[in-house]
Amino acid sequence: MTVLSPTSPALEPLPEVRIDKIPMLLLPVLALVALPLVHSFSTWVTLTFAGLAMGMIIFIIASGLTLVFGLMDVLNFGHGVFITLGAFIATSVMGRLAPWVESESLARNLAAVIPAMLAGMAVTGLVGLAFERLVIKPVYGQPLRQIMTTMGGMIVGIELIKAVWGGQSIPLLLPAAMRGSLLFGDAAVEKYRIIAVGVGLLVFGVMLWVLSRTKVGLLIRVGVQDREMVESLGYRIGRLFIGVFVTGSALAGLGGVMWGLYQQSVTPEMGSEVNVLLFIVIIIGGLGSVGGCFIGSLLVGLVANYAGFVAPKVALFSNIILMVAVLLWRPQGLYPVVKR
Amino acid sequence: MIRSLFSGDLPRSKVLVALLIIIFAGLVLTPFLFPGAKALNVAAKICIFITLVASFDLLLGYTGIVSFAHTMFFGIGAYGVAIALSNRPPTWGTVFLGVCAALVASLLLSLLIGLFSLRVKAMFYAMITLAVATAFQTLASQLSEFTGGEDGLTFKVPELISPSFSLREAPFLGVNLDGRVIAFYLLLVVTVVLFLVMLRIVNSPFGRVLQAIRENAFRAEALGYRTVIYRTGSSVLSALFATLAGCLLALWLRYNGPDTSLSFEIMLYILLMVVIGGMGTLYGSVVGATLFIFVQNYLQDLLKVANVGLVKVPVLRDVVHPDRWLLWLGFLFVLSAAKFPFGIVGKLRLGALKRS
Repeated sequence: MTVLSPTSPALEPLPEVRIDKIPMLLLPVLALVALPLVHSFSTWVTLTFAGLAMGMIIFIIASGLTLVFGLMDVLNFGHGVFITLGAFIATSVMGRLAPWVESESLARNLAAVIPAMLAGMAVTGLVGLAFERLVIKPVYGQPLRQIMTTMGGMIVGIELIKAVWGGQSIPLLLPAAMRGSLLFGDAAVEKYRIIAVGVGLLVFGVMLWVLSRTKVGLLIRVGVQDREMVESLGYRIGRLFIGVFVTGSALAGLGGVMWGLYQQSVTPEMGSEVNVLLFIVIIIGGLGSVGGCFIGSLLVGLVANYAGFVAPKVALFSNIILMVAVLLWRPQGLYPVVKR
Repeated sequence: MIRSLFSGDLPRSKVLVALLIIIFAGLVLTPFLFPGAKALNVAAKICIFITLVASFDLLLGYTGIVSFAHTMFFGIGAYGVAIALSNRPPTWGTVFLGVCAALVASLLLSLLIGLFSLRVKAMFYAMITLAVATAFQTLASQLSEFTGGEDGLTFKVPELISPSFSLREAPFLGVNLDGRVIAFYLLLVVTVVLFLVMLRIVNSPFGRVLQAIRENAFRAEALGYRTVIYRTGSSVLSALFATLAGCLLALWLRYNGPDTSLSFEIMLYILLMVVIGGMGTLYGSVVGATLFIFVQNYLQDLLKVANVGLVKVPVLRDVVHPDRWLLWLGFLFVLSAAKFPFGIVGKLRLGALKRS
């Protein structure tokens, strides 16, 4: 009889976390493929920045959506209403601060934009809390009814927004110092796009730090992987979920403010128009994955801008084509979350 | 006789029976009771939407599939008739050709979507159909030489149902029997026939399997039913009925464009009608569609009255503004979806069951 020698598990090093790098390569590859198609280098720089800025704003909006789905299998079809709400709050706040918006000094401009963003986030966060309690809580674990109640929540929300601000589009002007473009050689890059990329990177950085370096982040990541295990260890995942939902709503509000500034006007329908784009992004990224959502957003933004320049007719379908291509390659999205 | 006409699935509630009789009688007598183009138009819309909503209920209520591509098939039907009639002489043969072409297109498209994506979870399917429908709407407005683009197509219909036609010189019971009235009755007859056919389908063995899949797909599969086949069958059937509803819409309006048949707004309206009326019962679609179209067209007048009284109250004034009719239906929708999953009809039937 042979006795298996017991090996001490403590001596073996933990397996290294392997990061799948291939999806990350997609972005530079896409940019390089687009370069010969666009012909002119300076146009390419402009388009790339436009794509990155659009992608960053989409990421800010979509990140909450994908985390909420990962954590509780709740897909909020009404996420778009927070975008609209944030943007409309911004029109009210910046309307009050009109002299600062028109001022040439950047400091005063920031003093108008930052309160608008914070107010937008605060209000959408609070509305998100109410939305979760009233619309989502009664239908936990029932996907069919969830789709309907969240859709209905969006209809009611948009009608209420129309009741408060009226149904027309409202202009949302960029502060004076953020208008215009910077020249890099021949390439003109709009100042606001640089700001959008900066804010997007900041949000992504903070989110990565929270998810990977704090206890709350650890619980969220584990919750996405295995909800029951977290619950059985005594953590109240319900509360964690509400926190994530409120944060996600607030981020959608921030994204709405930025999207409104990007488009220079705000309409009640802007949120539901972006909705389809959000779903495409989180499907591409892999439902529940923040990293996948980041890459997916940038891909969508870049492809939309390159295609818009190279082949405008195709651009209208570029998102769908991108989604089909990604799903043919990886049916679960770029970064499949393990349990699904 | 009546039992077999309704495929053994009677309303099972006295209030519901009364409601259905009122709706049916109201529709039949509309040209005589309510003169004017608006009333006839509302009645025709109700007929078209009863067919459309019932076909969506086949999918959502009976099989438990959420699809956001239903207006796509509605649009295919409307465009089929519209394109045929604007390129060829306005005869019944042309209408038939358009209907057939639209049905074939819907059949192929729904088969394709079904076989590729009905294997995934409900959420995923809902998202994919949403994306496909958006792409289709863009496509329809881009192919301008074919579909008329954003402007849509205006066309002539066969002489019998065109407004200038008159069945007899003298008015009948005070109503001039012109082409519009004939078109309306044609619409009504087709709606009743299609409704009864759908009632037959959901009460057949095939329909029972669909309901089994809705309740527990895993168990249905374990009992030996190929759920993918049945799900695809259900989505193809509902697509075909939606296409027919689209054909009716085009014939009635003598116009079709992206906003009248393809817009996402209409998709939301259908969803509201199914859920408010009651999912999983075709009578719900009759009640839901009638209520919704009625509210859409007449609640505004009612709210105008309320609004005049409230001009001085700041918040309430904006909430009961005539343009906010959708707000109230939205509330009703969320409430139904969260609290009464079987809608008005489910509530009525439950009440009748408790009393007996």
